[in-house]
Amino acid sequence: LFETLRLRLTLFFFPLLPIQQMQFMLLFSRQGKLRLQKWYVPLSDKEKKKITRELVQTVLARKPKMCSFLEWRDLKIVYKRYASLYFCCAIEDQDNELITLEIIHRYVELLDKYFGSVCELDIIFNFEKAYFILDEFLLGGEVQETSKKNVLKAIEQADLLQEVSKSNFSGRSVSMVVVTQKLHVPLSF
Amino acid sequence: MALKMVKGSIDRMFDKNLQDLVRGIRNHKEDEAKYISQCIDEIKQELKQDNIAVKANAVCKLTYLQMLGYDISWAAFNIIEVMSASKFTFKRIGYLAASQCFHEGTDVIMLTTNQIRKDLSSPNQYDTGVALTGLSCFVTPDLARDLANDIMTLMSHTKPYIRKKAVLIMYKVFLKYPESLRPAFPRLKEKLEDPDPGVQSAAVNVICELARRNPKNYLSLAPLFFKLMTSSTNNWVLIKIIKLASILHFVYRIRFGALTPLEPRLGKKLIEPLTNLIHSTSAMSLLYECVNTVIAVLISLSSGMPNHSASIQLCVQKLRILIEDSDQNLKYLGLLAMSKILKTHPKSVQSHKDLILQCLDDKDESIRLRALDLLYGMVSKKNLMEIVKKLMIHVDKAEGTTYRDELLTKIIDICSQSNYQYITNFEWYISILVELTRLEGTRHGHLIAAQMLDVAIRVKAIRKFAVSQMAMLLDNAHLIASNTQRNGICEVLYAAAWICGEFSEHLEEANQTLEAMLRPKVTTLPGHIQAVYVQNMVKLYASILQQKEQAGEKEAAQEITQLMIERLPQFVQSADLEVQERASCILQLIKYIQKLQVKEVPVAEEVIALFAGELNPVAPKAQKKVPVPEGLDLDAWINEPPSDSESEDEKPKTIFHEEEQRHSRHRQPEIDEEELARRREARKQEQANNPFYIKSSPSPQKRYQDTPGVEHIPVVQIDLSVPLKVPGMPMSDQYVKLEEERRHKQKLEKDKKKKKQKKEKRGKHHRHNSLHTESEEDIAPAHHVDIITEEMPENALPSDEDDKDPNDPYKALDIDLDKPLADSEKLPVQRHRNVETLKSPDSEVPLVEKKSKKPKKKEKKHKDKERDKGKKKEKEKKVVEEEEEEEKKGEDLDFWLSTAPPTAPTPQPQKSSKHKKKKHKKEKEEKSKDKKKSKKKSHHSEEEPPESVQNGTLEDEPLPPMSSYRLLAENPYIKMTYDIQGNLQNDSQVTVSVIFENKSTSFLKSMELNVLDSLNTKMLRPEGSSVHDGIPVPFQLPPGISNEAQFVFTLQSIVMAQKLKGTLSFIVKNDEGSTHEKLDFKLHFSCASYLITTPCYSDAFAKLLESGDLHMSSIKVDGISISFQHLLAKICFHHHFSVVERVDSCASMYSRSIQGHHVCLLVKKGENSVSIDGKCNDSTLLSNLLDEMKETLSKC
Repeated sequence: LFETLRLRLTLFFFPLLPIQQMQFMLLFSRQGKLRLQKWYVPLSDKEKKKITRELVQTVLARKPKMCSFLEWRDLKIVYKRYASLYFCCAIEDQDNELITLEIIHRYVELLDKYFGSVCELDIIFNFEKAYFILDEFLLGGEVQETSKKNVLKAIEQADLLQEVSKSNFSGRSVSMVVVTQKLHVPLSF
Repeated sequence: MALKMVKGSIDRMFDKNLQDLVRGIRNHKEDEAKYISQCIDEIKQELKQDNIAVKANAVCKLTYLQMLGYDISWAAFNIIEVMSASKFTFKRIGYLAASQCFHEGTDVIMLTTNQIRKDLSSPNQYDTGVALTGLSCFVTPDLARDLANDIMTLMSHTKPYIRKKAVLIMYKVFLKYPESLRPAFPRLKEKLEDPDPGVQSAAVNVICELARRNPKNYLSLAPLFFKLMTSSTNNWVLIKIIKLASILHFVYRIRFGALTPLEPRLGKKLIEPLTNLIHSTSAMSLLYECVNTVIAVLISLSSGMPNHSASIQLCVQKLRILIEDSDQNLKYLGLLAMSKILKTHPKSVQSHKDLILQCLDDKDESIRLRALDLLYGMVSKKNLMEIVKKLMIHVDKAEGTTYRDELLTKIIDICSQSNYQYITNFEWYISILVELTRLEGTRHGHLIAAQMLDVAIRVKAIRKFAVSQMAMLLDNAHLIASNTQRNGICEVLYAAAWICGEFSEHLEEANQTLEAMLRPKVTTLPGHIQAVYVQNMVKLYASILQQKEQAGEKEAAQEITQLMIERLPQFVQSADLEVQERASCILQLIKYIQKLQVKEVPVAEEVIALFAGELNPVAPKAQKKVPVPEGLDLDAWINEPPSDSESEDEKPKTIFHEEEQRHSRHRQPEIDEEELARRREARKQEQANNPFYIKSSPSPQKRYQDTPGVEHIPVVQIDLSVPLKVPGMPMSDQYVKLEEERRHKQKLEKDKKKKKQKKEKRGKHHRHNSLHTESEEDIAPAHHVDIITEEMPENALPSDEDDKDPNDPYKALDIDLDKPLADSEKLPVQRHRNVETLKSPDSEVPLVEKKSKKPKKKEKKHKDKERDKGKKKEKEKKVVEEEEEEEKKGEDLDFWLSTAPPTAPTPQPQKSSKHKKKKHKKEKEEKSKDKKKSKKKSHHSEEEPPESVQNGTLEDEPLPPMSSYRLLAENPYIKMTYDIQGNLQNDSQVTVSVIFENKSTSFLKSMELNVLDSLNTKMLRPEGSSVHDGIPVPFQLPPGISNEAQFVFTLQSIVMAQKLKGTLSFIVKNDEGSTHEKLDFKLHFSCASYLITTPCYSDAFAKLLESGDLHMSSIKVDGISISFQHLLAKICFHHHFSVVERVDSCASMYSRSIQGHHVCLLVKKGENSVSIDGKCNDSTLLSNLLDEMKETLSKC
């Protein structure tokens, strides 16, 4: 009897148990243009588009002074705006919002270090680099490297293997006030 | 110059790079789609070229387009081409594209297996890294199965960069291919103590995820995590560990029972480091995590811990700091966590009321919502009005309807909680409700309506006021129902109409109200509201009629009747059936009344009697609590069943008549008075007999004489000294103000009595202060309004059930445990793959087995698939069987048995070892030794089994001696043999009898036996001892002496054989001194040991077989030389069966498990073989039993 009781209790507590896995990360501009998307859960393209559309709308509708968290469907959305870009992550109910915010911030710091005071245009024209950095930082929705230095080192060394022929920053010639706004990464979080 | 331009454009055309594409898209804002389709055409051209650089460029552009939302799945093959490029530049792009657009449904994904494997083993760590990253996004079950081994190897890579990626991706592999978990787990565990913090954190991450899915298997890691929790300095890792620790804590609790004394200790063990962290950390995320975990743990703890409240206090303090922070995020989270505490420790939160009230004014809506959640627990008698006033202001200001609706429900929740406990002035509450009806577009009209009804019914003293307010609402119905599209709120008219009708005696200007109800506009309301209107206007009419008649104003009475007759037809025409039916019925009634009125017959008394009686709330459990009178058998027939139609009614005529009436109501408009009276009588009768309709006192048939009736309920008169109207203010505000004044006055009076000490300080200006310093008891409600208690039947037994605290922390545990498990509830179980379908190495097969099978397997694999296996085999050996959970052993055993040749020896040799390769040979030796021993043993027996002839029809043929005692373990000092017997009294216990034989010349003492419990099988230990405590053997052994001790084990499932590891520790004492010795053993619970020899008669046996709910299975064993007689005896003895019937070389046998499974066997002997057909309730149990039997027989 006790065994079954315990089993029941296990089942009962099961949904309460904390989970930490990021579901997806989206980067979009103030105009609602998607700049980067990374999905850590398998979803159909249709579903992805629907979620993106819905979330972009919801987040853009929030007032600047509002807190960075919102409950959306059964997920928690953690977002932060840096200049013209919104960084938006979805986590599960028991996850730690603050650590997610730190993850976002850490990613922005990494971008900033890599591009040298990053702006939206850097991410647009070098979107693959942005992905590479993200992939070095997060893997399957989990933080894989907590040291900034290590992430950048890995990226730099990988870049060394790459041909240097292409001029990466040719895109800069396009002058767009909004897009070149720096993401203003504060020094400490 | 021109040439240059041309050249440029040609370049562009043929080699448009990503930047060009992006720029192009930006320059073609108007016709983006067209531009992109043009680009896609170009890309298709580029992909056709052989140059890999061009292809990579094209794929890169495609990836960008994919992000913009274009489908690029058609290029999957090209992506694979780019992935397999040798240059890192291209490979990287290929993998990126793949990770963005591949998913399980991508069919070409299977082509990547070899490429990925190649990349994984590449000497360049970045190749490997890129492959791992990509794989994490698109791993499929096939890929997981094929690459599991490669990734596992990478977990021990020299570079931490690779190790951490491999560890993390292992989780994805486990998800897709669960079979890989067991072989990979030991290595994963090692990684917890990896020198590189990144790898360590990755391992923590993965184990945390795994533990979340199936926590029980990770309990053994708890100590390690507690250690890490106190030693780790990396906050990222710490947060993970804390999460994991709390998971493990929960599981531990559940597994070892919340009632054991161990449990609070464990909680404390977890709480201590957490509180230390809370004190010391400056990282908010970590603080938040700790606080959350502490809350979760404390909430779950059943018994009060010594520092319980201190920890909660600490959490609340820290949360206060968060809430006070200027950072909106921290504020939000602080409130969120507070609401968790509120459920179990409302007191601790209440002291921070001020702060939470402040948050109601926050500019951020999400924060206000969180604060609203908390308010529920914040209110008290003294601050309710204040809080609600604040909320009302927010209601007015609120912009979005969602927030306003939320506010509305919260106001109602707060006010109505615990039976209106905190409301001191119900007039105020009614006015609040009325004010709420001014909300436009709310969805919650029905909520307000329900509150109005509830209050009006239950608070007798408020009815007069309520009725006047409701009449006002009805009068202004056009405002409320002006737009039915935004409906919702018109629900309140339902309540208003009902209240005005039911309590019409309180109505001052009933005429006006009746007129309002008869307005043509009413017909636009929803049907159910109109129906209530129709019904209640009759009530209203009746009371007006009575009033007029009493006053002798006959004309006025006729006028009102005329009004009804004029207006009612609009309802008769209603499309809503309910409205129509009621209206036409009532119309006829009123026409009849009119006739009487013309004849100047006083009718009011009769009409009003239609609605006589009062409605009182009945407790939800009242019906259940009606005590059964002595001598009444509720199950007995009152009358003979067929005659029930007669007994039902003494006045069948009336019923019949009524029935007829209904059918022909239009043709027969006249209802004679007698009929009316009869109906009335019937109605009264029904009311009297209806437990949900409590009669008013004059009823002659009052059922519960001693029940406190309505008139017994103490209702104190409203103190009408309070002036009701203060012009120029919204209604509810007046009450707040009045209340303040009243309280102030009270206070002053009290203070006067107290020698006027502090009178000056508590003026109006300090009202906040004064309110807070007052104690709850000081506030006497303005209207001492008693809420009518819900009625209970006479002699209702008081029971605790009713008084459950809604905040009871254990309420959540109130689960129906008898309900069978739904599939969805079942815990995930790892299953073995069948041997036939086994494509990848399965290390669960014990080594011995594997060696012999190796060549065969190899062949098979070569045939089946062209995968390179050589490497795998190497690893296969390494990973063999360092397995953790005992319970799994049972499965292993089955697995092993099923693949083993029938001549397999006893399944003893599965010893876990850390030096697998070396131990290998030893094991084999041991095994053969075991075999010899067991054979030897079976020849020289220790006791003649009585069971063997117990109930059989066996002939008196001499049987070979047999012993059920098997060797458990042996060393130069001691030999242990054991036997397991089921316990019929307890379906989950078996008794293990162990014979200890002292083989040495020394004295053996302080023997202690301990086993490592599995989830399924546990040793029964005395109350209060932990799972790690052994059980002392209750005797000492002088040299050469043997003695027997018994140990009881509890089991959950008995369908599988089990193995438990254990240790006997003892002290050897001889002339030279004493030494501490240990002997490890493995206790094997065979399925047969769960069976109890139970005699069964052949007819019962036949019935059992016929019943058809048994599963069937059979085996055949060749090469049996012993006689059938001996064979049966063996089965009887070793497997606890009894012979039911025996005919020549065929016998039926029966046994029962301790849990009541029936096991039936049909044993047939052929020339040199025996076939056994078995039937049993449980197929697993049966197949395991048969396997065991096969093993026994194969030794014959």
